[in-house]
Order: sequence, then C-alpha cells, then structure tokens
Amino acid sequence: MADITNEFLLERLQEQFGESIKSSEVSYDILTLVIEPSSVLHMLTWLHKDNLLKFRFLTDICGSHHPDLKDEELCVIYHVQSMENNIRLRLKTFVPIGQPDIPSVTSLYSSADWMERETYDFYGTNFTGHPNMTRILNVDEMDYFPLRKEYPLEDGTREDKADQYFGR
Amino acid sequence: MTTDIKIAEAPPGHTGEGFFATSLDKVIGLARSNSIWPLPFATSCCGIEFMATMGSNYDLARFGSERMSFSPRQADLLLVAGTIAKKMGPILKQVYLQMAEPRWVLSIGACASSGGIFDTYSVLQGIDRVIPVDVYVPGCPPRPEQIIDGVMKIQELVKDESLRRRNSPEYKALLQSYGIL
Repeated sequence: MADITNEFLLERLQEQFGESIKSSEVSYDILTLVIEPSSVLHMLTWLHKDNLLKFRFLTDICGSHHPDLKDEELCVIYHVQSMENNIRLRLKTFVPIGQPDIPSVTSLYSSADWMERETYDFYGTNFTGHPNMTRILNVDEMDYFPLRKEYPLEDGTREDKADQYFGR
Repeated sequence: MTTDIKIAEAPPGHTGEGFFATSLDKVIGLARSNSIWPLPFATSCCGIEFMATMGSNYDLARFGSERMSFSPRQADLLLVAGTIAKKMGPILKQVYLQMAEPRWVLSIGACASSGGIFDTYSVLQGIDRVIPVDVYVPGCPPRPEQIIDGVMKIQELVKDESLRRRNSPEYKALLQSYGIL
C-alpha cells in the first residue's frame, strides 16, 4: 500500500467536505485545514470510520485567541493521527467570542472530555453536547478565562512589585 | 562522650539546695521550643532543599525537630515549602485549621512568601493571604542553612511566647482577619 501523502489526504477531504473547508496549508509537514465549526464532528467521524485513512487517535484539543479577527476571535484546534498510516492532521475552526458554541466530539472520542473542559477553562469555548462543561484546572470561583488576551498577564493582587521597590 | 551532649540552658530563676524555681511560662517555652514537631507542606523545589535540611549533613533533628508529623493534628509547626496554587489555597488553610493550638507557620522560599516568579493567574501571591505566617525565609530556593535559621527564629518565638498570647484580643483579631475562629 502506497503511503498516504498530505496531497492525497487533502484531495479526499475536499471530495467529501468541499464546501466546509475554508482553507488549507501544510505547516511543519502536517496538513492544516480551517473548517466550519458545524462540520467538526462530521469530519472527525468520517476520518475515524474511513477504512483507508483510519484517523483513530485524537492527540489534542486546544484553543487560541485572536482579538483582531472580527467574529472569529476564538479558535479551537484538533490534532488527529492515523497510527496505521503514520500521518497527522490538524483541524482549526473559528467561532465568534460573543457566541462561542461548537459541537462536542465526546460522542466520538471519550478522551475529548477533559481536553474540551480544559479548552473551556482557559478560553471559554462552549462545547455543546459535552456531558459536564465545567472548569477542570482552575479554581471553580474564577470568573474569567485566563488565556484570553483581554486580561493582564500578571496577577492583580501582587504587592511587592510596586515601583517604589525598584526606585522608579 | 557525655560532655558532647549539649543540654538546653535553664531559664533564669532561683536555685537552692535541691530546688529550682522559675516561672511556668519559661519552663513550658523551653520544653516546647526544643521539641517542635514540624509538618512539612512541600509542593516543589523548596521541598527538595527541605529534604536536605532534614538529611544528615544539616540535620534539623539537632534542634529537637526529629519527628516530622505527617498529621496536622499532632504538629506544632507548619512548614510551607513551595509554590501554592490558588486551587491549593483552601487545602493549605484546612491543614492549618486541623492543627491544634499553639501552632506556628514557617514560610519557606519566595513562592510561599510572595508568589515568587509566578506572578500569574493561577498562583497564590503569598500564603499570608490564607493563613497567618510567623517567619518568612527568603530565597529561590533557600539554602538549608537559611531554613535552619528560620526554624531557630521560630524557636525564639516559641521560647518567649506568653502562655496567654493565644487568648489575647490581638491574636483573636488576627485569626478573625483570616476568617478563622
């Protein structure tokens, strides 16, 4: 069996999901697709079930915040791997910060449970259909999403870094 | 050999034939300060320095702290060594609450004392935000000598503490300010 290349993978995905793929690039040898939030679950399910591609391992789900992109402020990134074909794929999807709803993939990958909670914890993306969409790492009382770029990096309660201690 | 053994100095008092008289405060202070049972609350690299402090080279046992108490209920001194995340704050406070009076707290290292380099959303900016602290040991991490110095400072506090201090309005107000009592 011939190796599955990024070009072949892109071709197959475009055949199947032509309209929901907004753009594609190869970054660090991994094919990266920007797709519609609504098609994430469909695409991952299809990649999982396809007998040739066999993307059956979810490496990671993470997020990022892009304050300058209007209505595409929050990004959720999925990494999947086909162990048999030794190939990886990266899916990016953008949601507006006002309504950051994105379908959960926990029905497909149980491992997505904590990954989605972590992404919610730090970016506030709401994974619809997740069995327990609550914070996982930060304190429950936290009332903001710390990795969004709208908050200062330093803790506001710090007292020993006032200018007077540095002669300013 | 017997001359090698150092005996704690007796507090000032009156001696006579077959008796020695001093105040009860001083006797209790002397006994307490030389038999402090520490509870190590070690979360990171300062904990490694603390292990060296307990090891044979530095040997904290020389100061009467041979026995680490891993139950807060039998401990006199809480040694907080390491970064305390905000999520750990309530646990630290619970451990402090479980200790019986009289109790002392030694904050070891920059992180426990002020948050250290971790000026960020997830780290408590000093344990004195959740529990009262008696002695702060600076350093990142502090050397074992510094930790021993901190323990000796605690010993001084213990030795000179009045038996009524824990009933004083100042002490009660201090605990009240932390929401304890």
